[in-house]
Amino acid sequence: MPENLKHIIESLLFVSETPLTMDHLKGILEGEETAAIRTAINVLMAEYEQRDGGFVLKQVAGGYQFRTQGRYNEWIKRLIRPRAPRLSKAALETLAIIAYNQPIIRSDIEHIRGVDSGGVIRMLMERKLIRVLGRKEIPGRPLIYATTKHFLEVFELKDLKDLPTPKEIEELSQSQLEEPPDAEDQKPISESPIKPLSA
Amino acid sequence: MPLMMDNLTGAQPIKKAEVDIYDIPISQITAQYLEYLEWMKEMNIDFAGDFVLMASTLAHIKSRMLLPVQEGEEEEDPRLEITRPLLEYLRIKSAAEQLAERNLLGEKTFTRKPDTDILEGMEDDQVIRIGLFELIDAFQSILDKVTPGHRVDLTRDRVSVQERISQLTELLEAKESVTFDELFADGQERADVIVTFLAILEMAKLSLIRIAQHVPVELKKLPKLRRMAGT
Repeated sequence: MPENLKHIIESLLFVSETPLTMDHLKGILEGEETAAIRTAINVLMAEYEQRDGGFVLKQVAGGYQFRTQGRYNEWIKRLIRPRAPRLSKAALETLAIIAYNQPIIRSDIEHIRGVDSGGVIRMLMERKLIRVLGRKEIPGRPLIYATTKHFLEVFELKDLKDLPTPKEIEELSQSQLEEPPDAEDQKPISESPIKPLSA
Repeated sequence: MPLMMDNLTGAQPIKKAEVDIYDIPISQITAQYLEYLEWMKEMNIDFAGDFVLMASTLAHIKSRMLLPVQEGEEEEDPRLEITRPLLEYLRIKSAAEQLAERNLLGEKTFTRKPDTDILEGMEDDQVIRIGLFELIDAFQSILDKVTPGHRVDLTRDRVSVQERISQLTELLEAKESVTFDELFADGQERADVIVTFLAILEMAKLSLIRIAQHVPVELKKLPKLRRMAGT
């Protein structure tokens, strides 16, 4: 392995506008062993981690990419204006349903959320966070949705397996459910359910 | 109606009531649903359908709970019918919260080529989004080009809108983008043109495609544009 392999990879990562995958790197670095490349990347990642500067090397969407440290986001926002507004709670929930249950059809999404989700789905499509995989061969031939590679990039996930496992989420929601019952439970049920809506 | 519909899931009253979701007091919840429905009726809100469904599901569950279980027959708690989606919803809710806390690209973390506008002196892209009227104008001018005299022959097999959508999808998968004129090759019949147009509208509605118009070179002479026009 050339001694400067690490620096070659570093230069490639610096120039690349999208996460560089191992396959892509191997194609460029003809003849290099995967293991050697991986070692070099790991060394780089550790170096940037240790330096703890303005940016670090991250593993994201099946590749590697330089990303700024979260703590400087307010400064960066003085330089650039994010094109897309933040995702609403409804959008995040819908996205989570799709991410964990993909491929999934709209009626199944709506079954979990309990409300019409057409608008949210369309918005997620526009933001390229989800895409149509095809149509399900049942009456009405509904569209099947799945998340995109862009979704992984936005949420800084290595791959779909990088999502917290259903078990981890289960534990989280369990702990929510097991909160000790308090006097709230005894509240008369009729206490105007209308109030929060009439705003 | 300026109502936050997205916050109003069908299971809202159950969550609000802070009941043990493994032991849902069906009659209490049903009463609450009916109260909601009554209120909605007064407000003349038409999305009460979900709530009617939920209220009737609850009533159904209640009636099943009242029926004696046949001996030897193992019936699960009828309330599981609503407990299960509710649990699933709670799981998703915490999953969504965890997603929101990640290092979001364009919010917390940034890359060298951020999906953003540089604040200073950046013009918008060379394509602009167009509205329905421009689309209809373009369609009209293509219809004008179609040779007159061709009558729509109802007995002949025609390409359906669905078929056209899948053809266009394949075309776009191969080509990434396609111009309006390319889609309406000369010599097409009126009916085909209309089918194509309907397919485009349907695909735009489903957000499968984005319709954009190149700003004419004469109007905005950005170097970028000339390069685009040359290719």
